[in-house]
Amino acid sequence: MAAPRRRAKAQPETAATSKRAPAASPQELLRYYREMLLIRRFEEKAGQLYGMGLIGGFCHLYIGQEAVVTGVQAALREGDSVITSYRDHGHMLACGMDAKGVMAELTGRRGGYSKGKGGSMHMFSREKGFFGGHGIVGGQVPLGTGLAFAHKYKKDGGVCTTYLGDGAVNQGQVYESFNMAALWKLPVVYIIENNKYAMGTAQERASAGELHQRGAAYGIPGYQVNGMNVLDVKAAADEWVNWVREGNGPVILEMKTYRYRGHSMSDPAKYRTKEEVEKMRTESDPIDQLKKLLLDEGHATEEALKEIDREVKAIVSESAEFAQQSPEPDPSELWTDVLLDA
Amino acid sequence: MPIEVLMPALSPTMTEGKLAKWLKNEGDEVKSGDVLAEIETDKATMEVEAVDEGRIGKILVAAGTENVAVNTPIAVILGEGEDASASLAKEEGTPKTAAQPAVKDEAPAPSTLPAQVISGPAAPPPSDEDKFFDRTVKKTVREALRDAMAEEMRRDANVFLMGEEVAQYQGAYKVSQGLLQEFGPDRVIDTPITEYGFAGLGVGAGFLGLRPIVEFMTFNFAMQAIDHIVNSAAKTLYMSGGQMGCPIVFRGPNGAAARVAAQHSQDYTPWYASVPGLKVVAPYSAADFKGLMKSAIRDPNPVIFLENEILYGQSFDVPESEDFIVPIGRAKVLRAGKDVTITAHSLMVAQALAAAELLAKDGIEAEVIDLRTIRPLDVHTIVESVKKTNRLVTVEEAWPTCSIGSEISALMMEHAFDYLDAPVIRVNGKDVPMPYAANLEKLVLPQPDGIAEAARRACYRS
Repeated sequence: MAAPRRRAKAQPETAATSKRAPAASPQELLRYYREMLLIRRFEEKAGQLYGMGLIGGFCHLYIGQEAVVTGVQAALREGDSVITSYRDHGHMLACGMDAKGVMAELTGRRGGYSKGKGGSMHMFSREKGFFGGHGIVGGQVPLGTGLAFAHKYKKDGGVCTTYLGDGAVNQGQVYESFNMAALWKLPVVYIIENNKYAMGTAQERASAGELHQRGAAYGIPGYQVNGMNVLDVKAAADEWVNWVREGNGPVILEMKTYRYRGHSMSDPAKYRTKEEVEKMRTESDPIDQLKKLLLDEGHATEEALKEIDREVKAIVSESAEFAQQSPEPDPSELWTDVLLDA
Repeated sequence: MPIEVLMPALSPTMTEGKLAKWLKNEGDEVKSGDVLAEIETDKATMEVEAVDEGRIGKILVAAGTENVAVNTPIAVILGEGEDASASLAKEEGTPKTAAQPAVKDEAPAPSTLPAQVISGPAAPPPSDEDKFFDRTVKKTVREALRDAMAEEMRRDANVFLMGEEVAQYQGAYKVSQGLLQEFGPDRVIDTPITEYGFAGLGVGAGFLGLRPIVEFMTFNFAMQAIDHIVNSAAKTLYMSGGQMGCPIVFRGPNGAAARVAAQHSQDYTPWYASVPGLKVVAPYSAADFKGLMKSAIRDPNPVIFLENEILYGQSFDVPESEDFIVPIGRAKVLRAGKDVTITAHSLMVAQALAAAELLAKDGIEAEVIDLRTIRPLDVHTIVESVKKTNRLVTVEEAWPTCSIGSEISALMMEHAFDYLDAPVIRVNGKDVPMPYAANLEKLVLPQPDGIAEAARRACYRS
């Protein structure tokens, strides 16, 4: 089947709310709201625990980008696989991983997903189909392409969503992966989360051309999507995940998004203005947009949304509590998990 | 309940900072994400955001205050119906924005590491390999490798082979001859020339339960892929707390071939042998190539399988039985002797055996150990031999610095110091990039004469 030559319906950086009818039921909308809010509150708490010295090393927060993983994840089904870079807390929560286990990994405790041995950038859940959490920029792209290869080899109908940032798109291994994925028609959806800054380097100072066209030479269709609107993301993901699942090969979806916080916790943010950040927060916030839609369309009352807020806060508080109560790994853990028994 | 806002650390090394400016005043309503204040450190100015909703009840540290220690309360946020005097009156019970770091109050975790090795090198894994040599057939190393892969591919549908020219071309060195015909293009896969990409792709497939055999046309080209071999294949099991194993074999010829010069003639054994999370094998005989390849494919861990182009065409007795298997981690004494021990692996085993012949003419009985596996190294077998001979020469192609010989030498200091009657002598490839000229190339690689000379020196007979 030939690639349908269509443009993604969503335009980048458009008005605050999607003009299209929601491709989701009120229940689904409330679920997205809850999921995005959970990521937001979780990340704020993680930032706070970092400030208290309870989380060490690197800690890359996802605040501002919540709509991307929430919308894409909603288009996946059981048995699909997900892989991303080191800005991964939101992806894990969206995959259904337990907030307590994620937070306890951030604090380096034995209750963490990697028993405290992986940290913020390296967490996994085979059960939830989440394959990391990888710390080398771009490294997850061949790995995700390999997950897709395995889906095809096993004929299990699965699709791999491989997330990468606007910094990773300039790594050579990304193109090695695009080539093989297109050549072998692998079921992989490449999600470029373009939050405009690769660490402190703006996209226009690092990347020639348009990112969604980076697969064009391989015949990989690529589209831009408003990554600040969960419905736009969901609509694009629905359409293209299915297309990929039908065996048509890979696709590239460039999600135009924005991170409110620094690259990592120790980012002084000298490379952009406060006004720019403030404008995105007030005009394009994915959670505020959905909240407005829910209220305007009468899908939820203020009180119902407050109840979700309370519920989410309780989950996050519980995770923070757990992450501090869980003991540090036993020193004997130092020697475990280096090799499996043959 | 009133909530205290604490002075945050902005990096793992920050202990104090200046509270430069308040952006909210007492009485202001705040919600999650609102910027409360600006903090200056010697490196940067950063913002403190609210995590909780409420009203600023009290500012505890004035703007402009220097040297505010991390985790000092700087403000109090009140919920609905609370007032500042209430919070101050019961200061003792005020909860922090997050609970106090519990671990700081606990007894410190033990700082001593549990010992990994208690006493002496562990015995190698048991093996019944010898009993299969009653019925053998002559096979080249190339055929033995092909047979091992074919047998394992028949046994397990998750095993597949990928690499440059492995399918239609039948292998750049004809190692995969006939595999495409038997197993088809879904399981014998020609890749583009894209080592970094297909090494990573193989690791990803391994995470999802496949058992890839990734062929590098030579390990010289695997240097492009070493990030995925080390960062993705070797480390992920540990980083995932034991969840995400990767059963993968990276194989291909390693070390010098003949007259292909510096970029195509490097021995990478020490590089991979230094990495926890990898197993590394480098056999010599066709039987060991077969038996160890079968072990490598069945192993749940990433295995670096180092072959040798010159050995591919050489023939050895190989057991006929498909049950013949050689465990990873077990060296083999190829020639018994009482005067000096010589260790070697891969093609250098042939040079060591030739040197032992030369030494025999001088009345020196050398014991030759084929290491076969480099990681985990069979230290036990080497130590037992040194206890008998009291002298040791190590032989390998790799450069001398941080080589396998360096490692064995250090291990003998730790495990056999009292048994040594002479310093351990390393015979390595010369410490230069490989030259092209035939005579110079020969000078670089260990030769039987040089090995024998080193052994005589170890025996004080030179």
